[in-house]
Amino acid sequence: MSASAAEPTVGVRRRRHLSWALALPLGWVLLVAILAITADWLGLPDPAAQELIQRRKPPSTEYLLGTDNLGRDMLSRIIYGARTSLIVGICAPFLGFLIGGAIGISAGYFRGKIDLLAVGFIDVLLAFPALVLALTFTAYLGQSLFNVTLALGILSIPAAARVSRANTLAWANRDFVLAARTIGASNWRILTREILPNVLPAMFAFWLVAISVIIVAEGALSFLGLGIPAPQPSWGGMIADGREALDVAPHTALIPAAVMFLTVLSLNFLGDMVRNLVDPRRSAL
Amino acid sequence: MHWLARQVLRLAVVLLCVTLLTYLIVNILPGDVAIVILGSLATPQDIAGLRADLGLDRPMLVRYFDWLGSALSGDLGRSYRNGEPVAQAIADRLPVSLQLMVMAQIIALGIAVPAALLSVRRPGGLFDRMSASAAFGFLATPNFMLGIVLIYLFSVTLDLLPATGFTPMSESLWGNFESMILPSLTLGLIEWTVLMRVLRSDLLTTLKEDFILLARAKGLPPWRVLLLHALRPSSFTLITVLGLNIGGLIGGAVIVEQIFALPGVGRLLLGGIFNRDLILVQGTVSFIAAGFVLINFLVDMLYAVLDPRVRYVRFRS
Repeated sequence: MSASAAEPTVGVRRRRHLSWALALPLGWVLLVAILAITADWLGLPDPAAQELIQRRKPPSTEYLLGTDNLGRDMLSRIIYGARTSLIVGICAPFLGFLIGGAIGISAGYFRGKIDLLAVGFIDVLLAFPALVLALTFTAYLGQSLFNVTLALGILSIPAAARVSRANTLAWANRDFVLAARTIGASNWRILTREILPNVLPAMFAFWLVAISVIIVAEGALSFLGLGIPAPQPSWGGMIADGREALDVAPHTALIPAAVMFLTVLSLNFLGDMVRNLVDPRRSAL
Repeated sequence: MHWLARQVLRLAVVLLCVTLLTYLIVNILPGDVAIVILGSLATPQDIAGLRADLGLDRPMLVRYFDWLGSALSGDLGRSYRNGEPVAQAIADRLPVSLQLMVMAQIIALGIAVPAALLSVRRPGGLFDRMSASAAFGFLATPNFMLGIVLIYLFSVTLDLLPATGFTPMSESLWGNFESMILPSLTLGLIEWTVLMRVLRSDLLTTLKEDFILLARAKGLPPWRVLLLHALRPSSFTLITVLGLNIGGLIGGAVIVEQIFALPGVGRLLLGGIFNRDLILVQGTVSFIAAGFVLINFLVDMLYAVLDPRVRYVRFRS
């Protein structure tokens, strides 16, 4: 019951055309992901170990990416920071995806009061500038990896709910849903067997796009000192630390900034590509 | 004007929910202001006494409706920390934040509109592709990162502009401009990307219309067709996006005010959060959220005034 019969041809044509544009971002994201996963086995120095005599050293053979204000190894901190970014970036949108998806699909399918309630709920959450809400949540929940993920996950509920609701609305009146209802399928069966498989591709594309948004949001929280607590490395926190020594040791801020930029850029590239595959109308833009 | 009444009612409900949600977040979650004020060595008696003084021992909903009542008359309470009226504190810092956001929007529009106009002159041409790539790059740049890079370029390396700090307009007009230019650039250089994309895509649609063909057939020069005939009917989505982006801009302003040490509402909020100053956080977050909701409401209304079809389509569903 999928309507994606015409789309793969578009994808194939694109992929051949844009091979390098796919390979570079994909390669970078994979590199970051693999380093983050295998960080413990790479023989890296402890990312929290301070060596004040060696502070603010520029990149060298001993310290590939130099050392920070407290003499901690930047390469190690970048890689462990990648772990933080990826955990938050993958888990938080997934949480929003689960809760927001459930809200959106039921709202779009059942309509009526449930829809009204869901839209109202989304409206209220969207009435807060996202960062302000995230700040307030983490400030009062207390700072930890789990709480930051939770706060950013709650923040991604409205967007996920909107995407899934809009897609459900588009599918709910199709003939095959009517057919399923006519042969006596229950709501639950229609939702899980007919609607969900069709809404999932759009949700997956949303999730990919959300990863880079959430990585930036985590960076912003940590930059402000309200994200991942201090000794644990986070790219945003590293940029904030490096800011103090911008005049004497610019690499302490610019290296994590560059890594974060490349990661977000690559994820945006990949997200755009997947979104074009899922939603052919967008590729025309 | 039935739809207007309904929209106003909806606005009121959203505002009520927003303040209540803020109240719940700020008050349910852990973090006791009495302990923060008195320090961790305070005796339980002292803490209980201070909580009673501050009115923290009363039921939460009672406190919320008290707060709401005074908030409606413009009294947002006093800071737990220094007794400063919250409404006054916000009013003092609001001009800085507003100036920052207005300057950022001017920069964003100042780049986006010419870039979009130049792009659609030859879609797929060199300029179009270059501006699209630039937009893609800036879109992937977190604002806190761009702020640092700008400080590094313009303050540390070139030594042209002050890195941080704020000069009030009353002190020196030029000094004020100098202290605001990097912060507004930080926000504007990211914001323009979205505006440019939206305007470019709408311009391309408009340029296919018959009246553009007519204008061209009349022999008008291309720039005249673009500026006088195509630009205005293509700017509806742009206005909507300007409104929608305010949320991101407010969040960005919080970060930028912190990076550049500007005394704006965002920094007031951060200070309140760090100090566990509940009443200050409650007041600022409610103020920001209410302002955001109001701006979006006004943009919706503006949209409806500009394009009457909207009244029937958008507000029915």
